[in-house]
Amino acid sequence: MSEFTKLTLASARDLLAKGETSAKELTEAHVAAVEAARPLNAFITETPEKALAMAETSDQRRKAGEAGLLEGLPIGMKDLFCTEGVLTTAGSHILDGFHPTYESTVSGNLWNAGAVMLGKTNLDEFAMGSSNMTSFYGGVENPWRSASDNRPLVPGGSSGGSASAVAARCALAATGTDTGGSIRQPAAFCGIVGMKPTYGRCSRWGVVAFASSLDQAGPMARSVRDTAIMLRAMASYDPKDSTSVDVPVPNYEAAMTGDIKGMKIGIPKEYRLDGMPDEIEALWQQGIKWLEEAGAETVEISLPHTHYALPTYYIIAPAEASSNLARYDGVRYGLREPGASLDEMYEETRGKGFGAEVKRRVLIGTYVLSAGYYDAYYNKARRVRSLIARDFAKAYETVDAILTPTAPSPAFGLGDKMDDPIAMYLNDVFTVPASLAGLPGISVPAGLSKDGLPLGLQILGKAFDEETVFKVGGVLEEAAGFDALPGFLAA
Amino acid sequence: MATIQGKTGEWEMVIGLEVHAQVISNSKLFSGASTAFGAEPNSQVSLVDAAMPGMLPMLNKVAVEQAVRTGLGLNAQINLTSVFERKNYFYADLPQGYQISQYLHPIVGEGTIILDLEDGETREVGIERLHLEQDAGKSIHDQHPSQSYIDLNRSGVTLMEIVSKPDMRSAEEAGAYLRKLRTILRYLGTCDGNMDEGSMRADVNLSMRRPGEPFGTRTETKNVNSIRFVQQAIEMEARRQVEVLEEGGEIRQETRLFDGMTGKSRSMRSKEEAHDYRYFPDPDLLPLELEPAWVEDIKAGLPELPDAKKARFVETLGLSAYDAGVLVADRDTAAFFEAVAEGRDAKLAANWVIGDYFGAMNKSSASLDSAPVDAAKLGGLLDLIADGTISGRIAKEVFEEMWESGQAAGAIVEAKGLKQISDSSEIETLVDDIIANNPKQVEQFKGGNEKILGWFVGQVMKATQGKANPGMVNQVLRSKLG
Repeated sequence: MSEFTKLTLASARDLLAKGETSAKELTEAHVAAVEAARPLNAFITETPEKALAMAETSDQRRKAGEAGLLEGLPIGMKDLFCTEGVLTTAGSHILDGFHPTYESTVSGNLWNAGAVMLGKTNLDEFAMGSSNMTSFYGGVENPWRSASDNRPLVPGGSSGGSASAVAARCALAATGTDTGGSIRQPAAFCGIVGMKPTYGRCSRWGVVAFASSLDQAGPMARSVRDTAIMLRAMASYDPKDSTSVDVPVPNYEAAMTGDIKGMKIGIPKEYRLDGMPDEIEALWQQGIKWLEEAGAETVEISLPHTHYALPTYYIIAPAEASSNLARYDGVRYGLREPGASLDEMYEETRGKGFGAEVKRRVLIGTYVLSAGYYDAYYNKARRVRSLIARDFAKAYETVDAILTPTAPSPAFGLGDKMDDPIAMYLNDVFTVPASLAGLPGISVPAGLSKDGLPLGLQILGKAFDEETVFKVGGVLEEAAGFDALPGFLAA
Repeated sequence: MATIQGKTGEWEMVIGLEVHAQVISNSKLFSGASTAFGAEPNSQVSLVDAAMPGMLPMLNKVAVEQAVRTGLGLNAQINLTSVFERKNYFYADLPQGYQISQYLHPIVGEGTIILDLEDGETREVGIERLHLEQDAGKSIHDQHPSQSYIDLNRSGVTLMEIVSKPDMRSAEEAGAYLRKLRTILRYLGTCDGNMDEGSMRADVNLSMRRPGEPFGTRTETKNVNSIRFVQQAIEMEARRQVEVLEEGGEIRQETRLFDGMTGKSRSMRSKEEAHDYRYFPDPDLLPLELEPAWVEDIKAGLPELPDAKKARFVETLGLSAYDAGVLVADRDTAAFFEAVAEGRDAKLAANWVIGDYFGAMNKSSASLDSAPVDAAKLGGLLDLIADGTISGRIAKEVFEEMWESGQAAGAIVEAKGLKQISDSSEIETLVDDIIANNPKQVEQFKGGNEKILGWFVGQVMKATQGKANPGMVNQVLRSKLG
């Protein structure tokens, strides 16, 4: 492992600013790390030449005194963001050979800020999954291994490639997208920080859609500060996305004062699940203690509709997905499997182009929107969704932020739970409610399981109050002092 | 009320129309691509229209404004909150796999249209709703033996779907409805109404019932793209339904497709085969909220609409309801008429515009824009009639010449010496001559044959090539003969 790949994004930025390294040097080190980490399968497409070219122009920009917020910093781009001229797959066979002629707003913002693209990171197909196992390009390995057995583990999903790449020190940071936990859960599984901002904070324009009312891009990195720096560059109001919100983007890094004295932190009693592993509960209690020691007041709160969040999510997200994925029909781009008629071509193309999990969700979504079932499922789910949002709104009348575990377990084995979708969906139990309410949340690595695997704690905040989330997250990070390294790096 | 006589008695048609009107705007409903007609295939397609991954719809404010303007023109309720929903179905020329439309919450609610019928009567037809939606692309099936080509130029173009209540009872009423709707849309400038370019298309909902009974089962005939075809489709479908019903059969609720080539329709799909469109609110778009003040501004900027114009023509210009109706049927015609009538005898102007002018236009297939005689020139001709320079009869001759040459009336009258002879001594001399040369006819007149006076007038006109002032000729003849 090169000295350069050990750096945090913030420290690399500072070294570059001081002229103690160059974008080229930094990028070369990371390109080598990407190559060395190929067994993890974290990248679908590596773009080393592009990275080096971007690094060179970045060094020139810096010389010209035009350095951006992320000038010269190599990052991974989740392969759900359309990148001009670079293969964009969404982890699906159906987008075979798709090279967009356009750049997503978020990736464009990052390049404008000077970031360097190392490649497109692996993900669950169309971001549907919690293990990264549904990718057409194969599962991703978590760089962590359990102390009790040495079998490979999943990095979580759907932003599993980004999480694995950042944890394995292949990239200083990476983008993720979070629909029901797809940034926070893999961050927790891989021992890194993952931040899902408020819905509407980052533009969805140019991001391959999974569930439009939930999808939100966010940063993944190795420190809270790094995610704060990343988000500032990613976020923008975008008139091309009608759901993007026109509010100023603050300097999140500056919000990390470390001072949470007098702040009220809610502890939702409904997040205490039956059968939840003791180590998760213990970590949560530890988190409460850390925040109290830092001067915050913790109060038990009730989010009474939490119990309905998962079923609600698994109606709304597939409903939207079933419609969003209708455009992959073999007519204009991507895979086309010939057929004797139009219908046959559709059937062949979509039958071969989509994997099992995507098909499952398209079928569920089609079902819940069908005449005769619409009110019982989709409409009811929409009503429950607003109740869940109201739970949070009520809680935030008295608290500034909420502390919960990120996931109900540490990373599980590669291939586990594949035959049990319900068990797989349970991974999102703590992350989905905030997604449904559109609220910001961060997962911070806070400890290790008995098997030596990272566990995360989640801080949730009010809409567009990412600053508090970063501030509390930073305090939690400081208190936890998580500095364990994944086994992959030792090997 | 028009009814159809069947073998077993009278039947009444119940007709409702759904009109798809393409909104006049430079760009599409959710993208910046151009909407110009007749461009090269696939040359007006944005990333959004082609449904590329990650593309998002962005609402075109002009389209919304046009829908509101149309709603106001139909005296309809404007809904300050409306919702775009996705109508999901697969077809090769529907790139998104869904059409963005409005379903439960349309932008415009109930309104009314007043039909002007042939007999001069009027009749009110209710508007159920108007909503905004995207058009699909076009599939072209005749270019390749086994494959179809897709042109996405039309994909995403803004349509207003205007749904009537089932208030029409005959093919004539349906025709009058479409004509009136088209007139209103053209007045408003919200749709060009060109059915042959597909910018206005109609679906016909029709059921039959015994007069006074509840509605029967209806069929929907799609894709009818001219007023004549709509009327034809209605007649055919009404007859078909009556036949089925009189033979003791039942009408199946179904969608039928009209074929303009054969003038017939065939069943496309039954109710059971109907698509389940799985409508749901489009999560890419927020509910559309309109500011009341903005709607008021649009309302204040509406032009005078045909019904108001017609009433004004009748009440303040003294035209007959029929003439007024003919003149307001087209906004440009009405404007032309008003230019001609300005400061002149409005009835005379109406007669000339509707009679000679329309006649000449039809004969030479000219339009108001291309006609050789403009409003000022026609007005000039009317002025010559009004001040007695020429007679009405000569004026027709002058008008023909004007149409041929494009010259002003005065110049033609001058050049051809067509000025009316109103000099009494000249007329008297002529009359004296004719009386002297035709003693037999004088005798007849004196014997009480009043009709022979006409013959004398004819002789004077013949001698003057029609230029003699007819009133004066009559007067002089009577005094000389009497």
